[in-house]
This record gives sequence, C-alpha cells and structure tokens, in this order.
Amino acid sequence: MTKNDIFFKTLVFIACLLPLTFLITNFFLQKLGANPVETIIRDTGLWSLRFLMMTLCITPLRKLVGWQWGMKIRRMLGLYAFFYACLHFTAYLWFEEFFDFAAIWTDVMERPFITMGFITFVLMIPLAITSTHAMIKKLGGKRWQQLHRLVYLIAITSILHFWWMADSKGVLTTPIIYAVIIAILLLMRIFFLKKSSKFLGK
Amino acid sequence: MLIKLPDDILSSEITPESIYQQRRRFIKGMALTAAGITTSALMSACNNQNGNASSSKTAPTQNAPVFDDLKSSEFNTDEELTKWEHAINYNNFVELGDGKTSPIKNADKLVTRPWSVSVEGEVDKPGTLDIEEILTQFDLEERIYRLRCIEAWSMVIPWVGFPLSLLLKRFQPTSKAKFVEFISIHDPKRLPGQRSDFPLVWPYVEGLRIDEAMHPLTILSIGMYGKVLPNQNGAPIRLVVPWKYGFKSSKSIVKIRFVEKQPLPSWVQAQPDEYGFYSNVNPLVPHPRWDQRTERRIGEFFKRDSMLFNGYAEQVASLYTGMDLGKNF
Repeated sequence: MTKNDIFFKTLVFIACLLPLTFLITNFFLQKLGANPVETIIRDTGLWSLRFLMMTLCITPLRKLVGWQWGMKIRRMLGLYAFFYACLHFTAYLWFEEFFDFAAIWTDVMERPFITMGFITFVLMIPLAITSTHAMIKKLGGKRWQQLHRLVYLIAITSILHFWWMADSKGVLTTPIIYAVIIAILLLMRIFFLKKSSKFLGK
Repeated sequence: MLIKLPDDILSSEITPESIYQQRRRFIKGMALTAAGITTSALMSACNNQNGNASSSKTAPTQNAPVFDDLKSSEFNTDEELTKWEHAINYNNFVELGDGKTSPIKNADKLVTRPWSVSVEGEVDKPGTLDIEEILTQFDLEERIYRLRCIEAWSMVIPWVGFPLSLLLKRFQPTSKAKFVEFISIHDPKRLPGQRSDFPLVWPYVEGLRIDEAMHPLTILSIGMYGKVLPNQNGAPIRLVVPWKYGFKSSKSIVKIRFVEKQPLPSWVQAQPDEYGFYSNVNPLVPHPRWDQRTERRIGEFFKRDSMLFNGYAEQVASLYTGMDLGKNF
C-alpha cells in the first residue's frame, strides 16, 4: 500500500464511524428525540443498508466510470455494513427485548419483517468472516467469489425487512426509494453478465 | 402540580406574578388565550403567505398556563408525568404529517378558530356547540391518565377536560343510539396529511359503543398540563379514552354522531387485520407486526410490562364481560 492509500483508507475508516459518533453524542446530549431507542434502532439499521448499497456501487463505478479506487475500500464498506447490522441487532436484542429469548423467537418465527431481518444478519456473518486475505487464499478466488455473491441475496432480504416493517401507519415512501436504488444496482449486474457472456461468445 | 415553562421564552414574555394571580378564574384566562390564539393564527396565516412561518410567535400564548383550580379526579394516576416537551414533540396526528415530529412542525396548519362541534344522528335534540360555549359551560377537571399507543410506547398526560357523557346527554340520544361516531376536521387545503397519498380515507373517523362513550373515564379534553391543548395534540377539542390504544382518542373533533350500527373507524377500514374496532389495550393480543406485551414509557430506556385495559381493568372490564377479546380486538 502506498502512503496515499493509507491516508485514503484511514479517512474513509473515520468517515464511516461518523454516524455512530453522531448517535452517541446526541444520545448524551438528549437530542435523539422522545424515543431514543427507536432512533438508535432505526438509524443503525438504515446505516447498515446504506453501507451495503455503497458496497454494491463499487463494481458499477469501476465498470461504467472507470473508477478503480473504489476497490480499495469495498471490503471496508462491506464490513461497516456488517458493523452497523451488529449494532442494530444488538440494540434490538438488548434495548427492545432485554434478551427475552422467548419473545425474540416468537418475533423471528411469526413476524415476517423480523424473519427477514434475522435472515439478513445471519447471511452477513459468513461474508464478514471470509473477508480477510487469508480466507480468500484458503477458499480460492473462485469459491470465495461464489460465496460472496450472497451479497445480492442480502440486498434483497434487507430491503424486504425494511419494506415489511414499513411503519405502524404503512407509509412506504422511504423503503420504496431504497428498493429502487437496490433494484438498479442489481439489474446492472445482469446487464454486466449479459455483456460479458456476449463478449465471451464472440 | 409543577408546570415547567420551556426555557426559550424571554422573561419579558412571562406574565408577571401579580397579573397571573388575578386570573383565578380560568374563564378569564381562556378568553384572553382564545383571543391570543385567534390573533396569532391570523398572524401566522398572513406570514405564511409571505413565506415565513411564525410558530415562535404563537408559542408564548400557547405555553401560558391558563387553567388553575381544576377539580382533581379519583381516576388520576400518581405516576411521573411525561415531560411536556416530549408530549408535544412526539405525536401521531397524520393530518399534520406522518412522522412523529411532523405534527409539531406543521402545527400552524391547523386552524382552531372559529370552531364548533355538531351533534347529530339518533338524538332528540340535534345541535351545534361553539367551542367557546364548550369551554365555559363545563366544569373542568384534571385527569392524569396513562396513554398507550398501539405502537408500544406510552406516556402519562395530565389532561384538562370533562366527561364526554355530560356533553352527550344534553342532546338526548334516542334508544336507537347504540354507538357514537367521532368525525375529525377535514381541511385538505391546509392539512398536509390530507393532501398526501397517505392510505387513510379522510376525514378521520372513530367510534365507541354507547356504554364506552358514557363511561366516566371517557373525557373530552381541551387542554393538558394546565395549558390550552397544543394543535399537534388535537386542539381545540379531542377525545381521551385511556383504556384503549391512542388512535381511538380522536383529535380535533368537529362532529359527533349517534348511530345504530357499529361505525367503521378509519384505521379499521385501511388495515382491518391490524386495527380493530375495540382496540382495548391488551398485552395478550399481539399486533401482527409487533408484540403488545411490553411498552416503552417515553422518558424511560427499557420497556415495561403493558397492562390489560392499560391498567383500568377495575373500571372497564365489566363492559366486556363474556366477550372474546382476541376476536373482538
């Protein structure tokens, strides 16, 4: 890694911690509103989804715009998506359910949006574990890549989690915006796939 | 009762103690406040046309405590009151927007004067009451009630109001009056929520069985924390039914109808699998998307257990004897 790379990655690393910093600061300043726990759970979930979307932007940016620098931070963004998902999940387990595992089990089994959230979190775990260079080597590039295609499924389950939660009033404006962005990012993959298979065909 | 004044009021705007002491009777205070609200509503309406909201101008008037010597009630809870700032900042009032903090932001879109409530349907003496008549003709009480939202949060609010039954009886409901329907304001030109594609049919409709409506716990509220009801909390007059989920307590009511058939409340019409006509607080009947066994009291970090009929079982359980509360949710 060059000096510039280290500087760039450090900068991104710190920037990715800003949402958490804001949450913690505002919590102690009592600026998270009347229901701080609700804000904490929603914000961490939303940031996980946002980091996931940023991760999915890297390849299209490389292929369409030719931006190579994204590859240097793709793993970090993906891990931050997992990091915020961990905070989200922990906040739910602790602040919302106070580790009442019977209630949590009922939630996971009977409430579709929580089922989807749980599936999303579980699917993220193997990707986080196999994110190191050592694991890539151990698995071999091709198998590693196949495993990490799970991210497309994660994108879908996480958007379903968000969509089915809606809010109590059934307003879907925000989930629709996120779903459209995810859909575009995923459709681009199909487009790339068709293009490359055509190229190979010739 | 301790009434905290928000610290954003200039000391020059606070009524001097001597003048305040002279306002022993709330009626005088009310007259002043009503005039003040009308003036500030007009002012903000004018300012809005110039593109400036002036909610700060209406605030001092609305924040002034105007009710004192209120009759206390045997139903009052001695639990810690929810902070005023939370009670006015965290609201579900879709007419003023769908987020929790939208109602306070859009509060000046609700015009509360002139205002009247018409009472019709299965009554011998249908009629209309002007808000000023309502404010002066009923003995006001302070009712400190728990408020439990269907979204699993709760507050403790000191309402100012009077039993709904006192108003209803004046109109002499007939024997056909089996239910009471409450219709809220319909003003899509001003109310942003009624212009949006929000999945509710306007105006907002709610309903109670006649015995629920006549129950001594059921009140019409015109104030809270000793002050005039803020717009985002359902000014100028709202229903409070403390043993039911909050959405049953209609805000900004303009019409009360006695009917023979069970009314179709707005939420029941929109999402019949999630919202029921009775909507009594019941920890054992889960909402499809979340548990109702616990609730977060606003101001507390962890959740607490919810209570059947929101803790008012002693007073209201007999209304539902023999009824399957799971089916009639």
